[in-house]
Amino acid sequence: MALISDGRFVEDGWRRLAEEEGLPKSGKIVVSLARLEHALAHLSDGVSLGVNAPNTTDPGALAAALPRLQLVEVVFPAFADGRGFSLARLIRRAGFKGELRASGRLLADQYAHALGCGFDTVEIPDDIAERQDESQWRAALAAHARTYQRGYVAAGSILDARRKAAAK
Amino acid sequence: MTAHDPALARPNAPTTTYRYDEFDAAFVKERVAEFREQVRRRLEGSLTEDEFRPFRLMNGLYLQLHAYMLRVAIPYGVLTARQMRRLADIADKYDRGYGHFTTRQNLQYNWPKLVDTPDILEALAEVEMHAIQTSGNCIRNVTADHFSGVAPDEIEDPRPTAEFLRQWSSAHPEFSFLPRKFKIAVTGAAHDRAAIMVHDIGLAIETNEAGETGYKVVVGGGLGRSPFVGKAIRDFVSRADLLAYLEAILRVYNRFGRRDNKYKARIKILVHEKGIDEVRQAVEAEFAAMDRSVFSYDPAEFERIAAFFAPPPYETLTAESEKLRAESVAHPAFGNFVDVNVSPHKVPGYAVVTVSLKPIGGIPGDATSQQMRVLADASERFGFGELRISHEQNVILPHVKQDELFDLWKTLDAAGLATANAGLVSDIISCPGLDYCALATARSIPVAQAISRRFSDLSRQRRIGKLGIKISGCINACGHHHVGAIGILGLEKKGQESYQITLGGDPTFSAAIGEIVGPGVTADQVPDVIEHIVDFYLAERQENETFIQTWRRVGHARFKDVLRREGEDGADI
Repeated sequence: MALISDGRFVEDGWRRLAEEEGLPKSGKIVVSLARLEHALAHLSDGVSLGVNAPNTTDPGALAAALPRLQLVEVVFPAFADGRGFSLARLIRRAGFKGELRASGRLLADQYAHALGCGFDTVEIPDDIAERQDESQWRAALAAHARTYQRGYVAAGSILDARRKAAAK
Repeated sequence: MTAHDPALARPNAPTTTYRYDEFDAAFVKERVAEFREQVRRRLEGSLTEDEFRPFRLMNGLYLQLHAYMLRVAIPYGVLTARQMRRLADIADKYDRGYGHFTTRQNLQYNWPKLVDTPDILEALAEVEMHAIQTSGNCIRNVTADHFSGVAPDEIEDPRPTAEFLRQWSSAHPEFSFLPRKFKIAVTGAAHDRAAIMVHDIGLAIETNEAGETGYKVVVGGGLGRSPFVGKAIRDFVSRADLLAYLEAILRVYNRFGRRDNKYKARIKILVHEKGIDEVRQAVEAEFAAMDRSVFSYDPAEFERIAAFFAPPPYETLTAESEKLRAESVAHPAFGNFVDVNVSPHKVPGYAVVTVSLKPIGGIPGDATSQQMRVLADASERFGFGELRISHEQNVILPHVKQDELFDLWKTLDAAGLATANAGLVSDIISCPGLDYCALATARSIPVAQAISRRFSDLSRQRRIGKLGIKISGCINACGHHHVGAIGILGLEKKGQESYQITLGGDPTFSAAIGEIVGPGVTADQVPDVIEHIVDFYLAERQENETFIQTWRRVGHARFKDVLRREGEDGADI
């Protein structure tokens, strides 16, 4: 697995807890959605908690847990399955301020889409990381410098730039 | 500052098309650069073919039966003379000297090379064109009424709305990986020429009781293997809320549209399986929950765009041209052209001309580079340098002075572009079929050519009157056969091409899916079958009745009955 943040391959500080593994007293752990309720009920103070959410997760069911989570990992089962982009939007709309991570077979070509929808980081399997190295993810940041949509996380909204230019 | 500011005018630029500003131009350039990189990474191995496919499709590039195919967007069907010339130049330089105009207001090149496509996209970008989202599981090139801005029955020009949607949908971060393709069409007139009822979303511009202009939103129409007429999800969405409402629909579709089976992934299946009420409820709930202000129509931006589509500098003319009347009488071939291919214009003394790309025996929608140049020249000489592409695969010259129609006709006639058959039986919509398409199961073009030859007598066609024949070479229905008054669907049965005939399809506000009559027939038999149907219609029709009206009055059983009896007489159908 490789983790991309700000166009760089970075170390992953999070550890995915196996289903049979007990809750630790400290550290940064990611649990499955099925185990989330239990984990929240028995959480030690020293533990940062994340959840691994399938892209079909109902954001409403997650809402109550969001303030106590530091990471939400949305799964992309295939790069062409764009449900995770909408789910990210809804999780952000519900007020989640922690790390939002896209996990799965995403391609560098989709990096701008992921960031635009509110993801912070992207986690990809090694075979993709080998073919699509860090330089391609960095290049992807620049490839979509301009966007037409408003309300999305985007540095270069054309509509806002136009408005600014017209105001001058 | 307006669109007509001479200081800003581009060479050859008409006054009624959207002009890119620095941001639009930079955006398209960025997309070209990105695609050039993607092609390089594909060739170098960073991207596998499976990974590359959605990105090449989002740039209009298909891999077809014999070669790549590039589909170029003609947003809402509007083209300038300069752009048409560029299309001709690309056809000569990178293809085989022609292009094919499609039912979704695109132009397809059938023989480009993969390595050339970034250069082609760059050549297009220089004239404010692109191939962005002409394919792929994203919001496709938005289409609109080809008589926009000139039709007498227009409530509001749909092009500013369509251009607004073009921008909103381009490289949309959330909606670029949908369950399936997503097609939006807009009309602003009393008569629907954009087939909005058979699109994923159809928008009809309407005015409510308070006098406010907004949109009727229709969802879930579409053809293909499960044809459906769309259903109204909202009778009125204000302009201020349009984008937010579309975002809500797309978000519901992206989350809940089926992904297990690509044939069941369109929004029409979601609407069909859940019912329009449940879909409406989900959309309304999303619409209510979202922060509409950030998505909302920006009135200043709408006005900015709308200004580009202001009327060109028309002259003050008398409503009816005496010159035209005299020339129509003196030259019967011209008179026929005027009767069939010329439509009323909302400005006195002007006319809208449909240039048929359906010569008798020709390939529907094909134009040579030479013909494209003739059309570009004609648009400058006779119509403010503006052209349109219709979903019937014809070219429209939207602003021709009635006094100049005769000169235009002579110009068109010399280039083989004056076939007086717009809307008649030989004005056939046809997909490329098995001659080009990797999906096709039967040929379409030779069938269209055979029918066209059978009805080559234009005066006979005029006696028959308006009658749409549409042909698809497979169940995917690119030739829109479901909504043809007469539809022809090519299938493969036991290694043989077989053609299924449907009757009664209608792509307008009164949309209907055609009904199958009789068993499939061979390609050779199709012209006979069509002739029998047409003869029966002529025998049965009451005064001024259209084919559809006769079909609806007389009913399926009698049409079928006649075909069966004809079969007993030896027609073998």
